Amino acid sequence: MKYFEDVRVGDTYEVGRHTFNAEEIKSFARRFDPQLFHVDEEAAARSHFGALCASGWHTAVVWMRLMVDHRRGMAEAARARGEPVAGIGPALGFRDLKWLKPVYVGDTIVYKTEVIEARVSNSRPGSGLMTLRSTGTNQKGEPVITFVSTTFVERRPENP
Amino acid sequence: MPKLHWEDFQPGAVTISGPRLVTREEIVAFAAEFDPQPMHLDETAASATLLGGLGASGWHSCCLLMRMIVDGFILNSTSMGSPGIDEVRWLAPLRPGTTIRVRSTVLDTRASKSRPDMGLVKFKCEVIDDADTVLTDLVTSLMFGRRKSGAAS
Repeated sequence: MKYFEDVRVGDTYEVGRHTFNAEEIKSFARRFDPQLFHVDEEAAARSHFGALCASGWHTAVVWMRLMVDHRRGMAEAARARGEPVAGIGPALGFRDLKWLKPVYVGDTIVYKTEVIEARVSNSRPGSGLMTLRSTGTNQKGEPVITFVSTTFVERRPENP
Repeated sequence: MPKLHWEDFQPGAVTISGPRLVTREEIVAFAAEFDPQPMHLDETAASATLLGGLGASGWHSCCLLMRMIVDGFILNSTSMGSPGIDEVRWLAPLRPGTTIRVRSTVLDTRASKSRPDMGLVKFKCEVIDDADTVLTDLVTSLMFGRRKSGAAS
């Protein structure tokens, strides 16, 4: 991860992609969101969703996992070049999360993230705050999830 | 018990769900699967981060909140899912060994314009600890089936 000073509003990148299978949809939902349309194919078929679909929280946390893996890959590449790696996180929260379409079994979601704001933190002068808009899009090109999140990013050491 | 319909939610009504003890094992297991950052995985590494010690992923807090309100009242309702979340704030770390509850307050309700069989209920949901400190809060709308279908407008 680059330092906060290297973050540019408008930077956009693909975080990763994930195909949701029935077992993981049901496994996640049994733990965190056991509504029938997320855990039972037959009940889901009778529901307004029409078929088994992932909990919206599942769609969201897969973004988080892909983002952590993406940042790890970037950090390893930076270390290999002999560059420093800035600390990132924790996040303050998120807003404007919309579950726009259900994620059904077999759907492949591509997650993209854009930097929409970057400012120095008032409470932690050694950090900046980076605001991201993230979107997941299915294989038909339909957005299924979008949200805005804000997280701390370490500033260059010469800017304490 | 009759299922909760959209009409049963009144602004100002408060529901407490839980309690639930959050263990170190589940914090680390969730993080290993969905948010494998050092601050959620390992005490020593976490103490060097802004979190100042091991704490649950904010997403884990949200998922626990969800499970607790699903068990608390959503399973016994005509839930039709949710269009989204207005805002989530991770206000304080959720540490291992904390017993949490979820306080859900109905903010307002409105009929769906496009679907006369459905209405929306906006909630503020707060994850609180034993000292009533709010660790995470969120505002979300949930969709419920109506007891009587409204006239299409």
